[in-house]
Amino acid sequence: MSRPVPGSGDGRPTSSSSSVPERQGGGIADFLAPLGGFGVTFATMFRKVLTEEYPEVKRPTEARYHGRHQLNRHPDGLEKCIGCELCAWACPADAILVEGASNDDTPIAEGGTGRFSPGERFGRVYQINYLRCIFCGLCIEACPTRALTMTNVYELADNNRGDLIFTKDQLLAPVQEGMLPSPHPMVDGMEERDYYLGKVTGSTREQEAWAHDHADEVASLESNRR
Amino acid sequence: MGIEEKLPAGFLLSTIEGLAGYMRKSSMWPATFGLACCAIEMMAVGTPDYDIARFGMERFSATPRQADLMIVAGRVSQKMAPVVRQVYDQMPNPKWVISMGVCASSGGMFNNYAIVQGVDHIIPVDIYLPGCPPRPEMLLNAIITLHEQIQAMPLGVNREEAARVAEAAALAATPTHAMKGLLA
Repeated sequence: MSRPVPGSGDGRPTSSSSSVPERQGGGIADFLAPLGGFGVTFATMFRKVLTEEYPEVKRPTEARYHGRHQLNRHPDGLEKCIGCELCAWACPADAILVEGASNDDTPIAEGGTGRFSPGERFGRVYQINYLRCIFCGLCIEACPTRALTMTNVYELADNNRGDLIFTKDQLLAPVQEGMLPSPHPMVDGMEERDYYLGKVTGSTREQEAWAHDHADEVASLESNRR
Repeated sequence: MGIEEKLPAGFLLSTIEGLAGYMRKSSMWPATFGLACCAIEMMAVGTPDYDIARFGMERFSATPRQADLMIVAGRVSQKMAPVVRQVYDQMPNPKWVISMGVCASSGGMFNNYAIVQGVDHIIPVDIYLPGCPPRPEMLLNAIITLHEQIQAMPLGVNREEAARVAEAAALAATPTHAMKGLLA
């Protein structure tokens, strides 16, 4: 055993196994020790900053992130939602409210209520209460027409409960190039299934002419819709 | 509070309002009030990755008497409700409340007898933050929204006027039990 015995020898400080706290080095080393500590601080100044500069620089979320919802449209602008309420049934938090209504092809001037989606029904009322929604995505899985999807938008804080119930006009996808805002008739010669087979690629000239001719009627319809 | 409460309405008061709002919003101290899983995200906001200290919130205060922001992070059970209220009452004025996550804001998916259906049944809430749980950026966004609210906070006679207007509006509003909306 080469281990030194504490207290033995010529009275010099003994090494590690001593019960007395050991002091390495002399006066100069003691003096410089705090500087060594600051060295760590100083070196950190040159390291890459991890902090996310949130309001100025936003780190993008994953593409699959569950953000707020969006109600999609067909390429000609008709809504994909058919008012089936499967999303509302699937919702574990009861955050979704849907009220369906029938599409109506009778002219609006004769008391028709307009066509909002291809096929029979559309979602007349669509509300999501974001103070109940837990962003689980079960509604998206339940949706039979891919009408409801989730975006990556997450900035939803507000100062009252009422404004966090999003209505259909807030949830509907914006009208994009080649689309016409609903209501308007379906593409001529197409039936409901053709919309789902991808045969409709955008609004037609007939639809645009219809929308142009019936703008006033549609506007009057919008006002008494809610 | 101080002399600013005695100032007459005018440019002097509005200047002090702006200054006080700036001071208040940039020196808030949150009280630690984690109740459930949202607290994990709230703690994440305190880490260097998100660094809540950038907004003047140097630390989470362990005593409510040194805090002026309460982040209710998680579901509030009926049993916890009086505790939440007491912690709120112990905080000195001016004080603010962020209701973090859907459970604190409305009960969320726990629509049952054990959970308070929104912490605003117990304490006044300034910011509601959806999410289950909200990601740290969402909490930072809520804090920034609250900052804007604090910056615009009136003082003195202006505050009394604002309080009168708010009270009149609240008295004129439809009471919650009489609301016939589609979603509650």
